[in-house]
Amino acid sequence: MAEVQLKNYNLNVGPQHPATHGVLRLITELDGEIVVRIDPHIGLLHRGTEKLIEHKTYLQAVPYFDRLDYVSPINQEHAFALAVEKLLDCEVPDRGKMIRILYSEMGRISSHLMNLTTHAMDVGAMTPILWGFEEREKLMVFRERASGARMHACYIRPGGVHQDLPPELLTDIWEWTETFPEVLEDIGTMLIGNRIFKQRCVDIGVITGDEAIDWGFTGPCLRGSDIAWDLRKSQPYDGYEKMDFDVPVGKHGDCYARFIVRFEEIKQSIRMIRQCLNEMPAGPVSSMDRKIVPPPRAEMKQSMEALIQHFKLYTEGYKVPEGEVYVAIEAPKGEFGVYLVSDGSNKPYRCKIRAPGFAHLQAMDFLTKGHMLADIPAILGSIDIVFGEVDR
Amino acid sequence: MDQALIELGELISDSLDNEIISTDVVNDELTIVSRPDCIIKVLTYLRDDSQCQFRQLMDICGADYPSRTERFDVVYHLLSLKQNQRIRVKIHTDEETPVPSASGIFSTANWFERECWDLYGVMFSNHPDLRRILTDYGFQGFPLRKDFPLSGYVEVRYSDEHKRVVYEPVSLMQDLRTFDFMSPWEGAKYILPGDEKGTEDAVEGEG
Repeated sequence: MAEVQLKNYNLNVGPQHPATHGVLRLITELDGEIVVRIDPHIGLLHRGTEKLIEHKTYLQAVPYFDRLDYVSPINQEHAFALAVEKLLDCEVPDRGKMIRILYSEMGRISSHLMNLTTHAMDVGAMTPILWGFEEREKLMVFRERASGARMHACYIRPGGVHQDLPPELLTDIWEWTETFPEVLEDIGTMLIGNRIFKQRCVDIGVITGDEAIDWGFTGPCLRGSDIAWDLRKSQPYDGYEKMDFDVPVGKHGDCYARFIVRFEEIKQSIRMIRQCLNEMPAGPVSSMDRKIVPPPRAEMKQSMEALIQHFKLYTEGYKVPEGEVYVAIEAPKGEFGVYLVSDGSNKPYRCKIRAPGFAHLQAMDFLTKGHMLADIPAILGSIDIVFGEVDR
Repeated sequence: MDQALIELGELISDSLDNEIISTDVVNDELTIVSRPDCIIKVLTYLRDDSQCQFRQLMDICGADYPSRTERFDVVYHLLSLKQNQRIRVKIHTDEETPVPSASGIFSTANWFERECWDLYGVMFSNHPDLRRILTDYGFQGFPLRKDFPLSGYVEVRYSDEHKRVVYEPVSLMQDLRTFDFMSPWEGAKYILPGDEKGTEDAVEGEG
């Protein structure tokens, strides 16, 4: 029999494809239906955030962080605020810290809800996304009631948070934490034991702990590979050391493990939200240093000094002492880091954003090698990619 | 925390005496500056030494300081899960001198180095695949350099005539608004319009 020369097949997936969670272009090389090589082309959503931040004052740079991972905007503002505060050596009052944790955890739930349910949709389950988005909508309303914006909140600012919460909001969030676990259980019942879901996820995209470390994995993706590492526990910031919560860890490092880790993290976040609501201290929500945080509007009507400070802060901004810091937080997707270099002026000299998704997406070639074409969406869903932060 | 970092810094500078230029701890963060040609040895040591175990490379990024002769910094951020410590390794380089690629010792370095090349034009030798990553296909220039204008050089639009997207030189509908709000009495480097005469007079008066 004559030897047949078989050529691998090149397939272009994206950049506009519902399963790529945004604008990702994948150049795949297939042997039949087996993936031989995959080359992600990113940057289709590159907006030059880092360059723009270099031309803005510190306060004007905050909204750019909302637009990175637009599924959990508040968590990223938190990282930037911490970095600026570290350079300024500025202390945030207890109530401000607690509100930050409260909203960070709500952001984590909304990000995980988005990821879990769209991941489920990628592998064929339509219902969870409808249920999950209903709850996400409620979280967005809570965000709107605190900051005025559903998504791009600009709520956590260097020095604290922008405004205090109305008291009824806290009761409403508490009521939501009473009804939400039931919805979460329903979503869980539909997926966790589901035979089809398991067939699509178990033993797909396996990565061991050592490999995950080598590829720079963080967050749920690292924990899914049996490495108990959570920055909220190991390098706590803004009062996470006082919170009582567990770190769920997966055993197998496959898509299913990553799914379960996120699912359990939602439950831990609810625990933390309840603690925040119970222990919410009274007092100011942001630093009283008027050289960093502008005075409230009411004060401006009375005091000339407050008016001057307000004007100065919103035109010139504050100057940050010379130096460099790297601050990382546990964002829903992993370690979100900000490397901030200041030259002593009112604008950052360099602001590098370390996005977790960038490192995770890089491992796509490694994770998909030898899998079927249909496993690509499952794997992509399980590493939780949002293009706002990957492309910056 | 601080003491542990100082000790760690001393330990590293003792073991890598020839490779490291300086170590210091500022803002509770340990920074070591390495010689560029030894960066692989330094990173390998930091990864494998039992007292360091910086097995996770979190980030590689560039920074541009045009006033220096070696204008670029390449900054590596490493994390040790065992020691629960972070370290920053810096090297200085210029446009021509390539930096040895760390992708052989950390798989994750690959894209971070591509990004650094894309945005700053720092060359990496022995890199398996040094292509642009974030910018457009066929992009020219290195956008994060300080001498690259914020508005860029080209803009795109869909041309109905050509039935495709065309590239054109940037034309701004209004001037690029770069407000300078630095207070004039706190070290503004420029002379305010109308103030030129005043300074001349002052100089004459002194003379």
